[in-house]
Amino acid sequence: MTTPGLARRKSKLDDWNRPPVILPSGDGELLEVAMGPHHPSTHGVFRMDVALDGERVIRLKPVFGYLHRNHEKIAEGISYLGSMPYTDRLDYICPLTNNWAYALAVEKLTGQEVPERAEYLRVILGELTRIQNHASSIGFLIQEMGASGTPLMYAFREREKILDLFEALTGARMMCNYMRFGGCRVDATPAWLDATRKVVVGLPAFVDEFEQLLRSNEILMARTQGVGILPPQLAVNAGVTGPMLRASGVNYDIRKVDSYGIYNRFNFRVPLGDHWDVYDRFMIRMLEMRESIKILEQALKEIPGGPVMDPKAKIRGFRPKPGEAYGRIEAPKGELGFYLISDGGTNPYRYRVRPPSLINLTVLEDMCLGSDIADVVLIFGSVDIVLGEVDR
Amino acid sequence: MREKGLKTVEEIKAAIEAAVPGAGVEIVPNSSPSAQHSLRLDPRHAAAVARFLRDNEDLALDFLSNVTGIDWPDKEVAEKVKVIRPVTKKGDGVEQTAEETVEETRKRVEPGCLEVVYHLFSVAKKHGPVVLRMRTVNRTDQVELPSLTPVWRSAEFQEREVFDLYGVVFTGHPDLRRLLMWDAFKDHPMRRDYVEPDDFEYEPTAHDAVLARAAAHQAAHQTQEGKGSE
Repeated sequence: MTTPGLARRKSKLDDWNRPPVILPSGDGELLEVAMGPHHPSTHGVFRMDVALDGERVIRLKPVFGYLHRNHEKIAEGISYLGSMPYTDRLDYICPLTNNWAYALAVEKLTGQEVPERAEYLRVILGELTRIQNHASSIGFLIQEMGASGTPLMYAFREREKILDLFEALTGARMMCNYMRFGGCRVDATPAWLDATRKVVVGLPAFVDEFEQLLRSNEILMARTQGVGILPPQLAVNAGVTGPMLRASGVNYDIRKVDSYGIYNRFNFRVPLGDHWDVYDRFMIRMLEMRESIKILEQALKEIPGGPVMDPKAKIRGFRPKPGEAYGRIEAPKGELGFYLISDGGTNPYRYRVRPPSLINLTVLEDMCLGSDIADVVLIFGSVDIVLGEVDR
Repeated sequence: MREKGLKTVEEIKAAIEAAVPGAGVEIVPNSSPSAQHSLRLDPRHAAAVARFLRDNEDLALDFLSNVTGIDWPDKEVAEKVKVIRPVTKKGDGVEQTAEETVEETRKRVEPGCLEVVYHLFSVAKKHGPVVLRMRTVNRTDQVELPSLTPVWRSAEFQEREVFDLYGVVFTGHPDLRRLLMWDAFKDHPMRRDYVEPDDFEYEPTAHDAVLARAAAHQAAHQTQEGKGSE
């Protein structure tokens, strides 16, 4: 069966703007299903209103807001520093990259410098975060396909080692609250760096083992290959970012494009997909884990001594000059950006999170139309979202 | 921050004005160290300008990253003005009228507006950001702006969010519904003058102040219900 994605491969850009209309076959009687908000595959509270013709998806409307707490409004009422622990709760699988994006935006607004050692620590923590995010997202995929438990636990075993490192350094496994404007909160001890090196040495063996699950399992390949096609033109136009965009063959990695921090010092490659399907999305995550290990090896070898905070940096009670700044990083799920407007006060006048999870869902309907209801779970899983960030 | 290869805002402004006659683009300088200056568009020409920015070969801004709203409420400005006014003085039993210059503080209200900001990047040319802004006429009845979703699909959910939380009505949006709040919700919570209802936050617990507040709320609620049934 050809999905609409394949049929539309060569059409013009403006045709991409709306999902195609699929006419039901037969007598046209549709079954409407509300998947969620408590469906186990939605990883939280999220609903998809699906219209089915037999088992074929004719229409799919995502419904958001079950976890909405108006994070942005809260942030406008408290100081710049006060929002830092709240950013942990956006994408709670990857707290450290959220910290980093917010710190980067504030540093752009105030023009603060970050010491070299702190930049290295940020890269090390950011890449560890990426590895544990990608490992769990692949584990969840296999779980949702019906391989209950074991493969996910492979991923979680490794994630646990990384979370132990986070706990040793920051004091918390998930709500790390570690980065500050102009550096990091505490310095890493030599013992912590040695422990990290030990974990990183063990990672390639884990990735090899884990990749066997994707490479050799016939059921998994049959269910994911050619499913949920996302053509590159649509992906770019719909603002899709992260591994999803690169699985559609678009070479756009903000670590390379902006080379924020010190990413231009590291030697790593950007894996790209050429089939644009669910399988590619997970294979890209697998390959990105290998590239992250490369970055970690280089960073752990080169990390210099020195302070982790700019001694001149003011953390509390500072008043940025009136103006605005947009800072963005390549978070594990895509482009995570913070847009801040200062009116000269101690609180931001406007604080905006650009959530990659929400914007990547723009194309969910396009990817699902025409496929079976069982595939919706896999396609949705391949977007890799966290509801804390979608609903904010 | 200006990336290599990207034109300055002045050059982009000139390019837009050459391509879209009468576009009325205005540069909004940004004095912070980020130096991300922006371009304010005339809503009447916004769609044409957006298409030009996306399809122009040098700019190729094919990726709309971020869409967001800002609320600028009505601002009361106090100004000191010098006024000449007649003053009557009594001197030697005779009333005399003379003119005198006095400083007076006058208050005037600067009308507010809702603003929408778009951050554009180029995936093809790997540069950006180019920041676009648009303003509504006021915050109450003239809050329409043209939707850029027909040009960049990524605006679809984000414009719905701005509509939901700020109340900007995007004309030409294919599916303009609330995104995060429920459909029956009336207000726009991200506006600066939004007042939280008293019964959302406070669960009646065994604290005197809260119980009293809940009782007052319920009394008011019951009177309203009573009126409704009559």
